[in-house]
Amino acid sequence: MNSEIMNTGLCLSGTGVTKVFGFGDKKTVAVNNVDFKFHMGELISIVGESGSGKTTLVKMLLGLTSVTGGDIYFMGKKRDISSHHKKKEYWRGIQAIFQDPFSSFNIFNKIDTVLLDCINMRGGRRLSRQKKRELMSEACGFVNLKFEEMTNKYPFELSGGQMQRLMIARIFLLKPKILLADEPTSMIDACSRSTILDMLLKLRDETGMMIIFITHDIGLAYYISDSVYIMEHGKFVEHGTADEVILNPKADYTKRLINDVPKINEPWEFRKQLRKAVN
Amino acid sequence: MKNNLRQVFRSPKFVFGFSIIVFLLIFVLVYPLFNPGDPLAMIGRNSFIKPGLYVSTYDSLNTMDTYTFILPDAAGNRIANRLSPDDRVRMREYLLLFGLPEDVIDADDVEGILRLWWDNYDESLRLGARAADRQFYARLDGRIRGLLTSYDMQISNWDPYLNEYTEGGNVRATDYVNVGDVANTIFLPLGTDNFGSDMLKKLAAAITVSLQIGLIAGTIATSIGLVLGLLSGYIGGIVDDLIMFIVNLFTVVPGFVLLILISYSISQAQRGATTVAVVIGLTSWVWTTRSVRSQVLSLRNRDHVNLSKLSGHSLPRILVKDILPYIASYVVMALILQISTAILAEAQLSMLGLGPKTTEVPTLGLMMNWAMIYTAHLNGSWWAYYPVILVIALISFSLNLMNTGLDQVFNPQLRD
Repeated sequence: MNSEIMNTGLCLSGTGVTKVFGFGDKKTVAVNNVDFKFHMGELISIVGESGSGKTTLVKMLLGLTSVTGGDIYFMGKKRDISSHHKKKEYWRGIQAIFQDPFSSFNIFNKIDTVLLDCINMRGGRRLSRQKKRELMSEACGFVNLKFEEMTNKYPFELSGGQMQRLMIARIFLLKPKILLADEPTSMIDACSRSTILDMLLKLRDETGMMIIFITHDIGLAYYISDSVYIMEHGKFVEHGTADEVILNPKADYTKRLINDVPKINEPWEFRKQLRKAVN
Repeated sequence: MKNNLRQVFRSPKFVFGFSIIVFLLIFVLVYPLFNPGDPLAMIGRNSFIKPGLYVSTYDSLNTMDTYTFILPDAAGNRIANRLSPDDRVRMREYLLLFGLPEDVIDADDVEGILRLWWDNYDESLRLGARAADRQFYARLDGRIRGLLTSYDMQISNWDPYLNEYTEGGNVRATDYVNVGDVANTIFLPLGTDNFGSDMLKKLAAAITVSLQIGLIAGTIATSIGLVLGLLSGYIGGIVDDLIMFIVNLFTVVPGFVLLILISYSISQAQRGATTVAVVIGLTSWVWTTRSVRSQVLSLRNRDHVNLSKLSGHSLPRILVKDILPYIASYVVMALILQISTAILAEAQLSMLGLGPKTTEVPTLGLMMNWAMIYTAHLNGSWWAYYPVILVIALISFSLNLMNTGLDQVFNPQLRD
């Protein structure tokens, strides 16, 4: 594959992306000189423990926080989000699902508002009320929710799983090129988790969007992703295809992460060590 | 929203405070309907007329229907009215000096002590320790001579053409008139102030004006504080630095000193109630800004705000729809406190003589100021300042109580 094809397939890339909080003694480097190249249609996982800078990176990619250093390229061109209009244009192409569904909704707005906002953003402001309802119920149907049950309700009347599915319905309406999913399943019980993941994958198959999946669960990352980036203290310590990284880890940090995954039939590494110490 | 309101009205503290305010408002709205007219009209020619029902003497003499009542204690009451308890104590002192046994003299029995006095007082005895005492007894004797008599009283009219008095009528001690038949009566529940205006009427007007001042000043202060706090907290960066610089400047200079200086620089003639309200509002927004800012700081990184941004909403819309509703209860609480502080600030300013000009409208502070200047507290005219103090305290108390009640509803940590 020559580099030109590589570049045309590039969807989101960055060179030397850095984020620093605070000054002087209180200086914290959250993301440290990170390079990445994400391609069209890929499902990428960024794995790291809490505090490794995953969420900060997501916020920078979304344009919600400023970038201290480095450049981010979107669709091959340098990202320009200097005005509100340009930001809005950028957000038509890149969207996110957040970690905590309970705080993702404005509790004063009804659910319809969230979905209507998406229709408006896609330029559907002038559509008839009937058409809008059809779009909304299609989106709800996609995530196995009944629009008739959702309409005129407030977010706090739903369960966590329902809220997160509604978030996916939102993405379904927006159909962005890139979806940043920031630990979308971490606050949800195991049963709903697989439903949510299945829906994300189904959405990807239908629209061909690129998904950047942020997680601390390396097993999950292996299960769903094409390529994996391992992040430690604001740096990518290892990246490659899922098989490469997880079956053949090179960095110590990756090995540790893999060992920390609890396995049902095996005693935990930590307990093995304990037993050794006792013997 | 409906649920919130229901919760608020279930808080006993809020309901108590709220009902005091509602009661005051009803009084202020209804009282002028029963007692219309200019509250500043100077109806009395004396200052500090005490509370009570006043009946025109002229009209009661000229009333057509007089009724005769023979009441057993009428004479005693009449004497008691002229003879103060102090006088009776002094009479008892004299009688003791004269040598009467102690158990005979009862200072509470007015008629008895008077008879003892007439029987025993003799100026030539010169009883009494000091000359002043002796003179006092002589004066007292002159004053009460003839008190027990109940002769009729003659009324004579002056006829300017004949240049002589003509007999007008005869008033007996047993004559009574119905107050309802008297053409002119005036009821002053709280007496008058130093200008001779009806205190209660003036108080009703003053409460209205003071509440208006509080509302205007509170609204101005809260809106400035809210807008600056929202902008400074949400936008951050240089805007935040600039706004916080101004806020810190205002915090360092005490607000009240600033208020005094601004009020002083506006001439008395131009200081209307509204002007004072605006000045109070413009000097008291600082802490609202600070607290709104800190609330916004904790809200601006919430996911729902991020989601709203991602939905392409503009800055004003995010501020109004995604941030303001979350701090609305807090802002209402701040507004209530600002109203209360503004009413107190007006009272303080007026006490210093820097309040609104006195010729147009009364305010609670101005009423206090006049009572103080005319030394109502020294001459015992309690009605000129106690009701005002009570009303100020009541307004302040009820607003603060409402604030505490709201706090308990909206702050989960304080919920019982």
